[in-house]
Amino acid sequence: MIEQAIQAFVLEAEELLNDLEDMVLRLEEDASKANVDEIFRALHTIKGSGSMFAHTALSRFTHHFENAFELIRSGDLTVSQELIDLSLKSRDIMVQFLKLGGDGPEAEALLKSDRAEALICALSNLTGVEAAGGSTTSTTTKAEEEEGKVEECFDITFIPDTNALKNGMRPDLLIKELSELGMLEIAYQSHVPKLSDLAPDLSFVEWRLRLTTSAGLSAVEDVFIFADDADLKITRRAQHGGTAACCTSTVTSDESGLKGSKSEQSKPTANKSSTSAKNATVSQSKKAEQKSESIRVTSSRLDEMMDALGELVIAQARLDSVAAEIENQTLDTVVEEVQRLVTSLRDATLSIRMVPVDTVFGKFKRVVRDLSAELGKNIHLELEGGETEVDKNIIDRIGEPLVHMIRNSIDHGIETPEVRSGNGKPEQGTVWLSASQEGGEILISIEDDGKGLDAEAIRYRALERGLISEEEEYSEAALHQLIFEPGFSTAQVVSSVSGRGVGMDAVKTTIDELGGQVTVLSKAGLGSRITLRLPVTMAIIDGLRVRLGQSTFVIPLAAVEECVEMTSDMAAQDSGRRFIQIRSETVPFLNLDTLFGMMHAKEERQRVVIVRVDGARIGLVVDDILGQSQTVIKSLSAYHRDIPGLGGATILGDGSVALILDVSTLVRWAESDGARSKLMVA
Amino acid sequence: MKTVLTIDDSKSVRDMVMFTLEPEGYRIVAAENGAEGLETLRAEKPDMVITDLNMPVMDGIDFISNARADAAGSGIPIVMLTTESSPEMKEKGKSAGATGWINKPFDSDKLVAVTKKLLG
Repeated sequence: MIEQAIQAFVLEAEELLNDLEDMVLRLEEDASKANVDEIFRALHTIKGSGSMFAHTALSRFTHHFENAFELIRSGDLTVSQELIDLSLKSRDIMVQFLKLGGDGPEAEALLKSDRAEALICALSNLTGVEAAGGSTTSTTTKAEEEEGKVEECFDITFIPDTNALKNGMRPDLLIKELSELGMLEIAYQSHVPKLSDLAPDLSFVEWRLRLTTSAGLSAVEDVFIFADDADLKITRRAQHGGTAACCTSTVTSDESGLKGSKSEQSKPTANKSSTSAKNATVSQSKKAEQKSESIRVTSSRLDEMMDALGELVIAQARLDSVAAEIENQTLDTVVEEVQRLVTSLRDATLSIRMVPVDTVFGKFKRVVRDLSAELGKNIHLELEGGETEVDKNIIDRIGEPLVHMIRNSIDHGIETPEVRSGNGKPEQGTVWLSASQEGGEILISIEDDGKGLDAEAIRYRALERGLISEEEEYSEAALHQLIFEPGFSTAQVVSSVSGRGVGMDAVKTTIDELGGQVTVLSKAGLGSRITLRLPVTMAIIDGLRVRLGQSTFVIPLAAVEECVEMTSDMAAQDSGRRFIQIRSETVPFLNLDTLFGMMHAKEERQRVVIVRVDGARIGLVVDDILGQSQTVIKSLSAYHRDIPGLGGATILGDGSVALILDVSTLVRWAESDGARSKLMVA
Repeated sequence: MKTVLTIDDSKSVRDMVMFTLEPEGYRIVAAENGAEGLETLRAEKPDMVITDLNMPVMDGIDFISNARADAAGSGIPIVMLTTESSPEMKEKGKSAGATGWINKPFDSDKLVAVTKKLLG
């Protein structure tokens, strides 16, 4: 078939060259645009087709001839006698090329002949174009072909022009073509308007593609050869180890980024459930700490950023609710994007605030050493979990309480070496200070192997201070908790070390303010352990919005395990503490409306949010589950602060205020028998 | 069978398109300039057009603009034959609504590749 085409070309060229002679001669009298155009077209065709139909030498020669007429067309060159002479001579040589029957040594020789070279030179002088030109070959260069072989990863952003479909572009075919090159991950964003506004021949989709291929950049670019540069961005991803690892998952790519490049070390971990996101952030920043440089920033700047972020989260919630009213799909897409970005910005910002507890633990070595020397005790401090990360704000606030508690342990807890050996204990006492993360909470405990709390002494002191009355019966554990009551101190002598009677009270106040709990466990003669339970961060949490009557409450999502429907036979039981069966497991539940003394008609259909704290599961009965949202925690006023079961307040998207449930407290109350009465009193 | 319209004032190019694409399973219709091309476009409703730019009577750019405004030419791939020496023509063609281009000179492999790329 190509033979036929060559034959057709030769016939056509012969015809054109015959005409060309007449046309050039006519130029002497008529240098009109039409005439010049016709000559140009003839030369253009011979040049273009010649190279396709085995007449490359002819084509290369014609190129110089055509250049001259292109300049005449554009008005940069005028028709002269010299040009007409050159044109006629050139035309004669072209006829000779045709007679040689296409490419071969003879045609090459003719192109290199003095006659041809003199003409090319003269034409070039006329046009001012370098004689060395010649038409470029269309085949891809060797360098491009040799590129590749190694697997590479490309990030491709492809946003076709709105009119792309009208102009015959088929994005589906392009993506299919790409997928034939290697492993393709496809993400897209659609801006398709409502059906009523939809123009079916316009393009509303943006693609973000990640291709792992050994085909090389030029092959990828070839796929998009007809796409406008403005619509397309292809970037080669930095590779580590030369494998396709970058495409396996976000998490692994993040980690490889941490090891290798600085630019990725603070990459946020987005799109994960809150708990795992926090855990991931912790483990990643640990790695980052080992490998990366750090910069110092004044914490006020971080606070500003945090405040702005908090406002942003609230604004985003408002945007959400506005978008829900407007019901516009384009808007919804943007809102979703904003939500995603805010979440990742939040995680990134919070992770900046995370500081290992080591920063406070470290200074206790000195405290313990100095104190034991002062009191003539032999005490060893054991630190554990110092790498656990906690919000900087919390770290700053717990330093002082921790010092109090350690002083207490050393002063009141650990006995002198003589007493210890008399009791069969090692002379050296030990204080353990440990930290660990459990879900969305940080546990910090201070334990000693001293004499433990003296329940009777506590009871005596509490009676003396009027904290308890004679008639009431208290368990040993309940008595121990009294050490956190305001104004309580059992130290016989107020020493410089501890025992001013404000220590444990101050500890409790601080921990309460941080939204945490403090508990004490003690065994006479064996030692005591004080445990602080603190939120990992206190600024923004993921929350589940639930409705109770007309009010909205927020349950920290980290504690939520599942939500189930409340069937009528469960609801039929009266208020207070009850049990439900969840997959053959008995779970106690609390009716929040009864607990909070809310008066409203019982709704037919209720839901139970199953929360888990410390391994204990309870159900919280609510009227409806509204959805999930990022919750900026605002502290309650002094007046409301002591209401048990509430951890704070937040501002919802519509500007109203919702209370945040303190799940740990609720779980403990559900677990303990006195739950209802205590809450009802509150 | 998909139909490809080739518009070129050069018979050799029209022939080449035909000889190259017919064995690949495409039906070829041809026109010698833009005006003729428009008529053929409306009559034959081709699936794709390959057009030269520099033609008498009606050039390729005008053809593309007119074709895009016509029901028969909206949304189908229109490929222009361009030369490396005139990048500004390529731009003009793109803004008139061309889907892509083939640089002249081209070989049959290139022509088949572009046709398959655009027609699937």
